Amino acid sequence: MKHLLEINNLDVKFDTDEGRITAIENVSLTLDQGKVLGIVGESGSGKSVTAKSIMQLNPGNTIYNDNAEIIIDDENVLKFTSKNDLKKIRGGKVSMIFQEPMASFAPAIKIGNQMVEQLMIHKPQDKKEAKNISIDMLNRVGIADAEKRFNQYAFELSGGMRQRAMIAMALSTMPKLLLADEPTTALDVTIQAQVINLMKDIIKEFNMGVIFITHDLGVIAQVADDVAVMYLGSVVEQGPVNEILKNPMHPYTRGLINALPDINNLDAPLTPIPGNIPSPLDRPSGCVFRTRCPHASQEGKEADIKMGLVEVKPGHWLDNCGVNCGKV
Amino acid sequence: MSENIVSVNNLSVSFDYQENFLSKKQKIKAVNNINIKIKKGSFFGLVGESGSGKTTLGRAILGANKISTGNVIFHDEERDFDLTTITPKEKKEYRKKAQLIFQDPYAALSPRMTVRDIIAEPLEVMKITKSREETDARVRDIASKCRLNLEHLRRFPHAFSGGQRQRISIARALVSNPKFIVADESVAALDVSIQADILNLLKQLQHELNLTYLFISHDLSVVAHVCDIVAVMYLGHIVEMAPSRELFKNPRHPYTKALLSSIPSIDPENKSKAIELKGEIPSAMNPPSGCVFRTRCPHASQEGKEAEIKMGLVEVEPGHWVDNCGVNCGA
Repeated sequence: MKHLLEINNLDVKFDTDEGRITAIENVSLTLDQGKVLGIVGESGSGKSVTAKSIMQLNPGNTIYNDNAEIIIDDENVLKFTSKNDLKKIRGGKVSMIFQEPMASFAPAIKIGNQMVEQLMIHKPQDKKEAKNISIDMLNRVGIADAEKRFNQYAFELSGGMRQRAMIAMALSTMPKLLLADEPTTALDVTIQAQVINLMKDIIKEFNMGVIFITHDLGVIAQVADDVAVMYLGSVVEQGPVNEILKNPMHPYTRGLINALPDINNLDAPLTPIPGNIPSPLDRPSGCVFRTRCPHASQEGKEADIKMGLVEVKPGHWLDNCGVNCGKV
Repeated sequence: MSENIVSVNNLSVSFDYQENFLSKKQKIKAVNNINIKIKKGSFFGLVGESGSGKTTLGRAILGANKISTGNVIFHDEERDFDLTTITPKEKKEYRKKAQLIFQDPYAALSPRMTVRDIIAEPLEVMKITKSREETDARVRDIASKCRLNLEHLRRFPHAFSGGQRQRISIARALVSNPKFIVADESVAALDVSIQADILNLLKQLQHELNLTYLFISHDLSVVAHVCDIVAVMYLGHIVEMAPSRELFKNPRHPYTKALLSSIPSIDPENKSKAIELKGEIPSAMNPPSGCVFRTRCPHASQEGKEAEIKMGLVEVEPGHWVDNCGVNCGA
């Protein structure tokens, strides 16, 4: 079966004043229609950069490697050069929901006009028709009084409402692929629960592929089918969500799960992962996790290891450095 | 000597609000008729969503917000401070005893000061130390307690990661040797793997330095782990308060229940659905009359009799307090 999205051997580097930073190294992911791929990781792990690469939204100082491919519908997005090509994916085949809905709506333009504007770009049509589609979309994401909201500005809506409007806007062009970058992080828990349920319904209804980025393992457990765990720009473990969360094998994944306060087991001590996340300027050589890994060897032989995923069980992929050290 | 370090009695805090200079002045009640006692040596948790008034309550206890009615009393060893009648001179004294740790360690530290200067500043401002040597000794002492290395002291904040910065903020708050700390969302900006480290540090310092914390957070699982007693706030009111184990095992108020069920479980097979609350937290400008939670409560009656209820905590079990509207509807 053809995949909806295929990312092969993606490296992303940024040229900065301090030097060349490696944001992503050798990431390969696939996503099928109707599936939700969760990407978890802490700040600086490269989850947002991965999503932005798909939309080609990374800034001008970004350097992609030559043999990288991001394939949507048999076309390599990374080879797109003209604005017209990019238009097909940005907002057309692919839509994105951002973390901070207040920052993603233009403050001085009515929500409705912003929705109509992007609809007209992708499907040239009657303005009235575009308005009807937009209002219908607002209704479908559970916004009461959609017609009134259509004529309001972003600041007039509450946080949860704004995120719903953002989702409505992202879905109105009927994308095949939705990139959701921390869509519930800025929301209160009760509102987060509403938005998660809404997204689950919508994913089913529209049968699209979703990349769901979050740092919250609980959210991943509830929405994703597959999960990729990222650390400092590399995928260290990947597989079906049930398998990865129940049977984590990489020391980083285990560390993350242990560091999480579990409300059902208040006696369990909180175990942090030792040390600090290294700055991207001095990314460790070899296994990126070795500076914080509890199993790292004294001799530091992990510094010479070449990272790469190995299939340890059907569907369960693990970085080759983690294959042995995790077992001890 | 009292066993409590802070007593809050019938405290309300309201803010003046004027839409524009022609319109009438309104009062927004951010915190409404709060009664809490914080025991010496306890880890008191305050949870609630944005707009519930938890930060305002914390700031009022520190004397950083004006108190509208009621009072806040801080019981020190030799004397009591009444925050409603406190004089500026007394407030300086009070500052040494009660300190605040902020949420965002990226915003709280001046980028132009070295870590040593950041930690030493409270000592200099409060004129606690007499000489530079004494200041340095105090700074080094607290820095090592917060697990900062001596060579860190010469550097600037930009050289540090989030967790290290939060340790610097903690050292700064603790350098004046306070007895009471308000930690306002102090781990919210940190990554999960670092968050546990800071929580453990706060716990350890509590034992070492005999501290009492008011820990403000929106994250229930964090609160459940570190706090001894937890108060749940909604729209300026405390709706439930109990020792944390009791609260999390046996929640009584429908809001607490909804909050607990909203935490996404890390077990993918646990598909128990969150009790979904309708709508959003109402604006504090026109809160619902009677029970403030009634507009979102799954148990609210058709006739709307909750609009007439007067809110107030009732002790349903020793130490477990629930708002009187929640006592029956939750059952």
